[in-house]
Amino acid sequence: MGMTMTQKILADHAGVKEVHAGELIEANVDIVMANDITGPMALPIFKQMADKVFDKDKVVLVPDHFTPNKDIKSAENSKAIREFSREQGLTHHMEQGKCGVEHAILPESGIVVAGDAVIGADSHTCTYGAIGAFSTGVGTTDIATGMATGQLWFKVPSAIKFNLHGKLPKYVSGKDVILHIIGRIGVDGALYKSMEFTGEGVKELSMADRFTICNMAIEAGAKNGIFPVDEAAVEYLDKHAKRDYKIYEADKDAEYEEVVDVDLSAIRPTVAFPHLPGNAKTVDEIETMDKIYIDQVVIGSCTNGRMEDLRKAAAILKGKKVADNVRVMVVPATQKIYLQCILEGILETFVEAGCAVNTPSCGPCMGGHMGVLAKGEKCVSTTNRNFVGRMGDVESLIYLASPETAAASAIAGYIANPEKFGGND
Amino acid sequence: MEAKGRVFKYGDNVDTDVIIPARYLNSFDAKELASHAMVDLDPTFVERVQEGDIIVAKKNFGCGSSREHAPLALKTAGVSCVIAKSFARIFYRNSINIGFAILECPEAVDGIDDGDEVKVDYETGKIYNLTKNTEYQGQPFPPFMQKIIEQGGLVNYVNNKKG
Repeated sequence: MGMTMTQKILADHAGVKEVHAGELIEANVDIVMANDITGPMALPIFKQMADKVFDKDKVVLVPDHFTPNKDIKSAENSKAIREFSREQGLTHHMEQGKCGVEHAILPESGIVVAGDAVIGADSHTCTYGAIGAFSTGVGTTDIATGMATGQLWFKVPSAIKFNLHGKLPKYVSGKDVILHIIGRIGVDGALYKSMEFTGEGVKELSMADRFTICNMAIEAGAKNGIFPVDEAAVEYLDKHAKRDYKIYEADKDAEYEEVVDVDLSAIRPTVAFPHLPGNAKTVDEIETMDKIYIDQVVIGSCTNGRMEDLRKAAAILKGKKVADNVRVMVVPATQKIYLQCILEGILETFVEAGCAVNTPSCGPCMGGHMGVLAKGEKCVSTTNRNFVGRMGDVESLIYLASPETAAASAIAGYIANPEKFGGND
Repeated sequence: MEAKGRVFKYGDNVDTDVIIPARYLNSFDAKELASHAMVDLDPTFVERVQEGDIIVAKKNFGCGSSREHAPLALKTAGVSCVIAKSFARIFYRNSINIGFAILECPEAVDGIDDGDEVKVDYETGKIYNLTKNTEYQGQPFPPFMQKIIEQGGLVNYVNNKKG
C-alpha cells in the first residue's frame, strides 16, 4: 500500500523506506520554533538536556504573542528568549519591528520550505502545509527536546483526503472553505489525522487561501494539513525560499480513511458561531435570523493577516465608514505586509474608514492585549478560535469569519453578507 | 501505581483556553498556573479539588492551543488522572511528556457521574467506579509511550538514550 504525502515526508525524516499509520517513529526535524509564551518555559527544560541547540540555523524563537510586551512578566519572557537567541547565535534572530506573527513570518522569510518536517510550540504550526511541508504543533517539553536533539517522536497519522473541485465564488475565500469543512466534519473530525487537500480545485486557491485552510486544520483536531506543491506553490517558494526544497507527492495508491468531496463553487460566506469553530452557519442562514449587532471586528492573525486578506478587507472598506457602534482592529501579520499596506494605500483606507491599525502581533486573538472583550461584547474576528473567554470575558461572544465578511460587518454594525457591500472587484 | 479520588465531570471539547486562560500565560510557574486551573469553565474547581481527584470528560479533551501549561496546571492542582472518550493530540503528547496520567475509555465516561469515587490502576488500565461498583477497561499505552512514562517523561528518556 502506498503512502500519503505526509507519510512520505515522515518516512524520509525517519530514515526509513516506509511508514504506516499508527506506527511510532523518531524523526529528524528541519525547523524547531517556539514563541514568547512557550519558548521561555522550554528553556529550563532544554538546559536539562543540552547546552547548545542542535543546529543554530534550525531553531527559531518568535516574540509575537504578548508583544509589544503587555506587562512586566511578558517583558521578562521576551527578554529570556531574546537573550537565549543571542547566546546561542541563532541565525534567524527575531525581534519586534523586524518580524511578525510566527506562522506568517516563517514562510514569508523562507525559513520553512516544501518537504520540511517542522515542529512548533504553537498549535497553528500546521499552517506551513500550504507550501508542502509537514508541520505540526507540539508542547513545551517536545520543543525543548527538538531544540536539544533535532529529533522527536511521532505517531504516523492516517489521513482524510479532501477532493477540491470547482472555483470559489466572489467574496468567498479560504476561511469560508475551512469553516465549511470544520462545520461538516466537526472539531474532532480529523483527530490525530492528516488533512490532505487535493483535486482540480487546488489551483483555484491562492497561497493565502491555502495558508488559511492549513492554519485551521488543528481546529478539526488534525495533526497537520497539507497541499500538493503545484505551480503557484513553486512560484511562492522560488520567491521566498532560503534553502533547497523538496517536492513530495502522495502515492497513487495511498490509503485514506475517508474521502470528502468539496465543491468550492457551492461554498457560501460562512461564520462560526460561539463557542466552537465547527458551529458553521452560512450568511444565508444568518440573514434569516435577527440581526446580530457587534461591538468589535478583528482583521488579522496567523489565519487571516496576510496581504491578500487585507486587500480584500480594504476593497470592501474603501470609501466607507465603520459603523458607530463598532471598533475595528486591523493587525497586519508581518512588518513586510504592514509596509506593503502603506505602499498600496491600504493603510490609508483602513484609517479613513475608522479602523485602529496595530503593529504585527497575535494581539487580541487570544485575549492577550490590543482588543480584549468586555462582558457581553460580540466580536467578528478573522482569527481561528471562538472558545469561551478566548478573547476576553467568559461572557463575550466571538464569531469567526473571513476578511470580507469581517469588513462588511464592520460597516453594517452587525454580522453581514459581504456580497451586499460591494468592493473587491 | 494507582489513583483514587472524587470525580469532576465535564462535557465535550474542554479546551485549553478554559483549562488555563491565556491571560494567565505570562507566567509558567506551575503553582501560579494551578491556582487558575479550569477557572473559565468551573470557577470553584480550584477551591474544591483535592489531591488525587480525577477529571472525567467526554470527547476531544484538551483541544485548542499547544500550551503545556494546561496539563501542568491540572497536575499541580492535584488532579491525578484524566479519563476521557478522546483527547486532542497535543494535550495527549504533553501529558505523556510530563508524566501526567490520561486514559481513553468511552464506556467509563458514560458510567461515571460527577462526585463518584473512582480508582484507576495504571498498569492494567482498569477503572473502578467505587460509588456504583462498576468496572471498565481503559486503553493501555503503547509500549513506546510506556517507556517514556516509566522513565518519568521525555527529558529523562532523551538523557538516558544519550547514555
